[in-house]
Amino acid sequence: MSGFTWTTQLLYVLAASCFVLGLHMMNNPATARRGNQVSIAGMVAAIAVTLAIVIHSGAVTATGWAVMLAGALVGSAVGLYAARTVQMTAMPQLVSVFNAVGGGAAALVAIHDYGRLSSGHVSVATTVTTLLDVLIGSVTFSGSIIAAGKLQGVITSAPVTFPGARVVNLLLAVVALGTGGYMIASYSLPGLIIVIIAALAFGVSMVMPIGGADMPVVISLLNAFTGTAVAMAGFVIQNWALIIAGALVGASGGILTKLMADAMNRSIRNIIVGGFGTGDSAPVMGGATGSVKSVAADDAAIQLAYASKVIIVPGYGLAAAQAQHEVAALAELLESRGVDVSYAIHPVAGRMPGHMNVLLAEANVPYPQLKEMEEINPEFARTDVALVIGANDVTNPAARRAGTAISGMPILDVDQAKSIIVIKRSMGHGYAGIDNELYADPKTSMYFADAKTALADLTSAVKTLVG
Amino acid sequence: MSTALLTDLTIFVLSLWVGFEVISKVPATLHTPLMSAANSIHGIVLAGAMLIAVTADNAVGYVIAFIAAAFAAMNVVGGYAVTGRMLKMFKKRPTATAAPAPSAEAAAANGGTSAGRSA
Repeated sequence: MSGFTWTTQLLYVLAASCFVLGLHMMNNPATARRGNQVSIAGMVAAIAVTLAIVIHSGAVTATGWAVMLAGALVGSAVGLYAARTVQMTAMPQLVSVFNAVGGGAAALVAIHDYGRLSSGHVSVATTVTTLLDVLIGSVTFSGSIIAAGKLQGVITSAPVTFPGARVVNLLLAVVALGTGGYMIASYSLPGLIIVIIAALAFGVSMVMPIGGADMPVVISLLNAFTGTAVAMAGFVIQNWALIIAGALVGASGGILTKLMADAMNRSIRNIIVGGFGTGDSAPVMGGATGSVKSVAADDAAIQLAYASKVIIVPGYGLAAAQAQHEVAALAELLESRGVDVSYAIHPVAGRMPGHMNVLLAEANVPYPQLKEMEEINPEFARTDVALVIGANDVTNPAARRAGTAISGMPILDVDQAKSIIVIKRSMGHGYAGIDNELYADPKTSMYFADAKTALADLTSAVKTLVG
Repeated sequence: MSTALLTDLTIFVLSLWVGFEVISKVPATLHTPLMSAANSIHGIVLAGAMLIAVTADNAVGYVIAFIAAAFAAMNVVGGYAVTGRMLKMFKKRPTATAAPAPSAEAAAANGGTSAGRSA
């Protein structure tokens, strides 16, 4: 091994260490920002080393340089613009787009590498890693674009299914794997193109039947796929930095997928094999037959203002109504009156893991007030008022009983609070399509209004009545 | 099975375990920035995209090199930028601009009881 190779490999290891350290520092909001900077430093080192390798090879043509630099510039500009301008509510879409381009780039690396091999001697290992990279990368690419389209509302967020969809999926998988099997036996460039097309189509048909509420699982899964695709690209071009970084991301995506699936009480197997959110919910059992009590802004405001402990339970409805700033303003006002305010965040509140936390952080809510489910659940019993905004299924006590569509789903123990105020547009159902028994609880008052208006009215009512 | 493949596989598996260990300690509060950070890290595929240029010598190769470089650069630059932007928003106390002075004081007084995990 030459001195140059030694140096470059060591620098790659250093870069990989920076990635691990950077991720490690994400375990606390206080160090997370520095963690991101450490990770950036690692990335800069890795890219600089690669640039040195490219120059050292001396094999790049003038056109090669031009396309590489032009591509990098265009990509950087688009990425930077998107990162600077994206709304925090649109983060899931952006992450999906980055998954798509990452997976796409990983697939292209293997496609190019395979294309310049000749029909002579291709080892099984090369073919298998190439195939895995191209398969996973292509599925991620098209799947993530569909996911982003659904999140953005360009494609309907309702599950799109048609008769025989399962059969089509199965056929695509058989075509891709069958062609792959043939390619292991003998080199075939047309075979690779068939695999690419089948994988792209599979990505589309995999994500189309998925409903909006299942997006946290889908994004996490596609993130894991991208990581794996990048690691496979590392196998193909024998680059450790890609293998390590890809594996780290694969692990991260895997963990988040598992967490999200658990929070929705669905097994990963059920999600992958059974199709996502295709409405396998059982009919309503038992239920909220009692009448609901509604409340006006003034009464609700007085309850809140004279409480000593309030827990706010935000759901995606809050983000959809763009009411993060209004809720933060109300919380601040209550705090200024000496009320202890915290937020109970269910793991699937939002459209991606941790989404609600970012939305509230953007509205200047200090992160120590954002409590995870396990942390906050014991506190509900000591809470005077639980204010539920745009959250439904995750507060339904029916989840504790067997035989309902959400049985076994971990929920926030909102019903244990001394009183509960629910801000909601109407008595409409949540994603699971069942009645929320919380609403019929005698301790619960319903405040029927748009979240944004309701919160602004509550804030001004608190100010005028008790200010 | 070649030694190189075995080495690669070893690195891959160990990295997966390191990933599981490190990431399972990240609190749910930071899951979105975490995913975004992981996203930026897989932008390392830019290194792979750059290496395409070394062997590209025909039109197809150049097109692939261009698209791969653009995709990967978008991934890495955009990913890090947006992660940084998000993390900047996570604050322990409300900023003075958003909160009128008295409420900021009350929040600070209250912080003692409501401050949780963060030290």
